Amino acid sequence: MTDSRNNSARLPDGGQIDRSRPLRFTFNGTSYAGFEGDTLASALLANGVKVIGRSFKYHRPRGIFTAGEEEPCALVETGVGDARVPTCRAPVVPLEDGLVANSQNCWPSVNFDLGRLVDLTHGLWPAGFYNKTFKWPSWHTWEGLIRKSAGLGRPLTGPDPDYYEQVNAYCDLLVCGGGPAGLLAALAAGRAGLRVILAEQADSFGGVLNWEDVDLDQAPAPTWVAGVAEELGQLHNVLLLPRTTVTGIYDHLVTSMLQTGHGTAWRECFWTVRPRHILLTTGAIEQGLIFPGNDRPGIMLAGAARQYLNRYAVRVGEQVIVSTNNDSAYQTVFDLARRGIKVSTVIDVRRNVSESLRNRLSELGVYLLPAARISGTRGGKGITAVTIEDLDGHDLGRRECDLLAVSGGWAPRVHLLAHARGSLRFDDASQSFLPDRLPAGISVAGSANGTTGLDQCLAEAAEHAIRICETLGGPVDPPQLPKVTRSVVEADLVAPMQIDSSQPRQWIDLAHDVTFGDAELAVREGYVSVEHFKRYTTTGMSVDQGKTGNLNAFIVLGALTGREPGEVGTTTFRPPYTPVTLGAIAGRNTGEFYAPRQYLPAHTSHQKLNARFEDYGWQRPDCYPQDGESDHEAILREVRSVRNQVGVFDNSPIGKLEVRGPDAAEFLNRVYINNVLSLKTGHCRYGLMLNENGVIIDDGVFIRLGDDHFLLNTTSAGVARIHSMLEEWLQCEWPHLQVVVDDVTTQWANFTVAGPAARQVVETLDPSMDISAQALPHMACAIGTVAGLDTRLVRVSFSGELSFEINVPARMAASFFETILEAGKPFDIAPYGVEALMVLRTEKGYLHVGSDTDGSSTPDDVGWGRVARNKTTDYIGKRSLFRLANQDLDRKQLVGLEPLDRQQALRPGGHLLIGENREPPAETDGWITSACFSPTLERSIALGVLKGGREKTGEILTVCDGAQRFSVKVVSPVFYDPSNMKLRE
Amino acid sequence: MLRIPCPYCGTRDQDEFKFGGESHIARPAQPEQASDAEWAQYLFYRTNPKGIHYERWLHSFGCRRWFNLARDTVTHEIVEAYPMGSQPQSGPIQTEGHGDD
Repeated sequence: MTDSRNNSARLPDGGQIDRSRPLRFTFNGTSYAGFEGDTLASALLANGVKVIGRSFKYHRPRGIFTAGEEEPCALVETGVGDARVPTCRAPVVPLEDGLVANSQNCWPSVNFDLGRLVDLTHGLWPAGFYNKTFKWPSWHTWEGLIRKSAGLGRPLTGPDPDYYEQVNAYCDLLVCGGGPAGLLAALAAGRAGLRVILAEQADSFGGVLNWEDVDLDQAPAPTWVAGVAEELGQLHNVLLLPRTTVTGIYDHLVTSMLQTGHGTAWRECFWTVRPRHILLTTGAIEQGLIFPGNDRPGIMLAGAARQYLNRYAVRVGEQVIVSTNNDSAYQTVFDLARRGIKVSTVIDVRRNVSESLRNRLSELGVYLLPAARISGTRGGKGITAVTIEDLDGHDLGRRECDLLAVSGGWAPRVHLLAHARGSLRFDDASQSFLPDRLPAGISVAGSANGTTGLDQCLAEAAEHAIRICETLGGPVDPPQLPKVTRSVVEADLVAPMQIDSSQPRQWIDLAHDVTFGDAELAVREGYVSVEHFKRYTTTGMSVDQGKTGNLNAFIVLGALTGREPGEVGTTTFRPPYTPVTLGAIAGRNTGEFYAPRQYLPAHTSHQKLNARFEDYGWQRPDCYPQDGESDHEAILREVRSVRNQVGVFDNSPIGKLEVRGPDAAEFLNRVYINNVLSLKTGHCRYGLMLNENGVIIDDGVFIRLGDDHFLLNTTSAGVARIHSMLEEWLQCEWPHLQVVVDDVTTQWANFTVAGPAARQVVETLDPSMDISAQALPHMACAIGTVAGLDTRLVRVSFSGELSFEINVPARMAASFFETILEAGKPFDIAPYGVEALMVLRTEKGYLHVGSDTDGSSTPDDVGWGRVARNKTTDYIGKRSLFRLANQDLDRKQLVGLEPLDRQQALRPGGHLLIGENREPPAETDGWITSACFSPTLERSIALGVLKGGREKTGEILTVCDGAQRFSVKVVSPVFYDPSNMKLRE
Repeated sequence: MLRIPCPYCGTRDQDEFKFGGESHIARPAQPEQASDAEWAQYLFYRTNPKGIHYERWLHSFGCRRWFNLARDTVTHEIVEAYPMGSQPQSGPIQTEGHGDD
């Protein structure tokens, strides 16, 4: 193990890392050492690794720019196999023993990447180049190549191997951000008895106090932090959530948070919180500076340099230069000096730097260049030097460095406030956007509010906490503010940047490789509104969402268009604040938990019969293949059984709605197109329901069980929808009708016994009622018992054969089914499935709503026009049937179709053109809606809808099915037993 | 996600509810006498205000009752919840037709 991979750039002491727990990790195949408490970024820096990745478009070498979630450059892939995670921001990847990380967006390696060719030919690839190029011969020629080279990380191809939890939470006060302001506010509110949740995205509390050289009450700040965290941890009414990022605020203060697991079985936990009040103590993000060559490895935010130095004990550089437009970067000089690292120069854009700062620099032997800016940088795989000029462009020489710490001011983290529709205003003094109007229930305190000075931030936090407590709970004792006995240089006196506008290659968005030249292009092309500018240049659209660059980018846009930053505004901030794994949003609702699997009460009986199941909302037998049959053979056999002997079908999922009350008949008469009032008790009728547009929404048989009592059968998948519809009319439009509707679908099992021998089979089941053809004709029902079970027996047929639907209590389904099969043995009874039923009903031309009808089908279209027109009283949808469009003779009408070739298979969806040998392009004349091979007729048949179809019986049509063409003849949709002899048995 | 004050169950998450469009839409008392334009008005035309909207909601995964909300379409502030068939206190009197006898 050589020294270069073993913390070569680590300070001998200090930092919050645990040196007693060394860890090993791998980066690009090389093994390195780190410590518990490191992040991937701090450990890489401590091992002297400079080049972490390649930039998005130009594939320029990039290093580590920040120490936080705002990282735009150090984007790596972690993990292996199915647990790989692309595009991780290295500063927020906690170091774990055995961590595997790799650069991405580079080939063959991060140190030698062929993609750099794009940088060398950068003039060809300005913003939006893809809108103007790659058009000839057609863009599809180039599509594959572009898709391969575009993008940043490699997506996964397998399912997510981890699992995710979700929590719903409620509280009085949600504090977002556990730095000094958040801690103090949470403490005050917690002591006052409020239910508090304190969320902090880092793995511990304290925020900047973990790395800034601050003393509170004469002791290093972490001491105070630990004390507060301990007291908060003891309070039952306070929930501390480290490693938890607040990702978005939605309507009514509903807030989402993403918690990362640490030593948990779950990878992430997604929280939905409903607080009564939110306090945003989210701090501020340091911004970069814009100058030529501002993207090299070795260029880092000044605050990040302090964090790596103080918190992680990293020797961030040996020859350091600082460039800034505000005071706070000077603290980096002082911190480095304290740890024996030489800063040679401070380049300050401001002409006047405060005397105290100048004196301190002088004492340390650091050279100050005021009213100056960087004109260029050198060093391919790591910065080696900068060139400097004054604000008029006169050269001020060149200086060497291996670390350039930059500060372009601080942007308060106002994202969450903006999600909640708070407004922002541009503040000239701080050159940033600050909170302006706050929505009800939200407060902002600390540097997130633009407040400078730690003591001011603490005071503000306390004040807000008191006000919140008084609003929500009652009086509270003002918390004791710690005294700031040693402080750092604050971000006062921020000056506007001074950009050399003659230089296009200055980066305004590091993550998406957007340069000043792109900004100028966008303005030249007219994309001057901030939202257009963003989308044309892709500024702020990468994984960092412009956290370190957007502020300056919008200031630049203002400068280019003669507008104040306040006039330019910001783009819309949208959740999530940082990326959220889709798995966390799905939670446990994956795989078998995606939707409930619903089984028929007689499921195991069907299994024993070798049923092949399909999901129709319920797991239902499609067919029952026997003795090595194929599905197709089984279906044909089942159809023949029903037509020739007898079959039994499990129709339990059919929707069953009981409608009762003195106004039940009147109500249903307003719902169906059919006359309900004339239906006698003990009889049933096939009905259509429409919506107010006159479109068929359901069909089914309704049964009158008494004067005030009906049972409606609905499509099995639609019962909830129809129940809901009926309730809506009763509650909203006709509340005076005395009716109740109850969904009893799962209370009753339903078995259909159908075929020429059906009556004989049912006779052997010892029915208490008379089931002769005279006593129980077609479309009649009877109540009694069958095989000793309470029964509703209905003579209704979907197969077109003599048919009995036997409804028994659902809990008896399995045993009753077995009883039927046993009773049917002498008659060769066969169980039949959904597929056979579909063949049977197609042979009879019976509708299947949703297959033969669509969102435009009216009663007349499917042959029920006379019933719909003849009913004199009003019903839902009736008025719409008299609109002009519904009277059009050319509407598509239900027809039967027979291919001229008896064996030609037809498919639903095949388009119909009137006439033989027609060819598209042409307007379609209709399409096939249902199709099957009919074993009864020994030919292929279909149903379809055809323009003016009822007048076209006998005509020949061309079917266009993909590339295939064949001819069909229009026939009656009733292929089998058109006079319904079978039903009258 | 809205937090909706069901008049019968109290404030619940929006996920429990189904939106039912604008409220106080009068169904013509005699549809057969309504002109095509009047019928279209009933079926399709809605106020679509920038401001307080009086609308129907159903507490599907709760008490399963319909009720009305007065909600600001810009801020989503819910000004009032009131029973189906009654008038809001916060707004102008709405005329309503009657569909029953």
